[in-house]
Amino acid sequence: MRAILRTIGELSITLGVVLLLFCAYLLWGTSSYTERHQRLLQQQLVAEQAEKTLGKIQLGGAVALLKLPRLGATYKYAIVEGIEDEHLRQGPGHYPGSAQPGEVGNFVVSGHRTTYAAPFNRIDELEKGDDIVIDAREARYTYKVTGTKIVEPTEVDVIEPVPGRPGKKAEKAVITLSTCHPEYSARQRLIVFGTLAKTEERDVI
Amino acid sequence: MYGFVWRHLPGNTAAKLVGMLLLLGLAGLFLWYGVFPWLEPRVALDEVTVG
Repeated sequence: MRAILRTIGELSITLGVVLLLFCAYLLWGTSSYTERHQRLLQQQLVAEQAEKTLGKIQLGGAVALLKLPRLGATYKYAIVEGIEDEHLRQGPGHYPGSAQPGEVGNFVVSGHRTTYAAPFNRIDELEKGDDIVIDAREARYTYKVTGTKIVEPTEVDVIEPVPGRPGKKAEKAVITLSTCHPEYSARQRLIVFGTLAKTEERDVI
Repeated sequence: MYGFVWRHLPGNTAAKLVGMLLLLGLAGLFLWYGVFPWLEPRVALDEVTVG
């Protein structure tokens, strides 16, 4: 009897330690995967910028560099094309079919909040008027934050060409960032909206 | 469970201790690089997209 109880106790403690280790893996272990792929995506962007003709961005390819000065001068992530798990593990993902950087319509990007290097961990700190810099291959687009919102995961209005107005034709270039909310939960989504404020063309070599 | 492993490890106390740490380390590595990457996509902790 005592032996059985002891074994149950030992198994319980072991399970607890394994769960703690799994949490550590989620928070830190997944980051190394993202960092490895970020290096590759950023190299891809630099290489493509040097090309004379810019080809269409393939699923899984690098779209642009995202910079958020509010979160520090070193904040820099390559946006990947696609929003499936495999894409979002590599960095913030651009919804295929939503507008391209700088294009009239809605440029929609989703990113992880807590795992896989957590690129969007602190986007709740963005304030109205803050810059969202998108360094695309052909130009630098600077969007200004116009507001943030917490929505249910089913509210797909926010990724419409005109956010919140399904079916309406877009006249402005806007950006929408989305991540999970609250932190460590999949219950809701945190959305940050922005409008294109400045375009700086880049000379293609 | 741990007592059983301890009794079957060879050598004196020091050798047993090294053996035990080695086994735990191997189990940890197996979890970190084998089980966790498999398990992680199955627990939706960090859902970020809408729709």
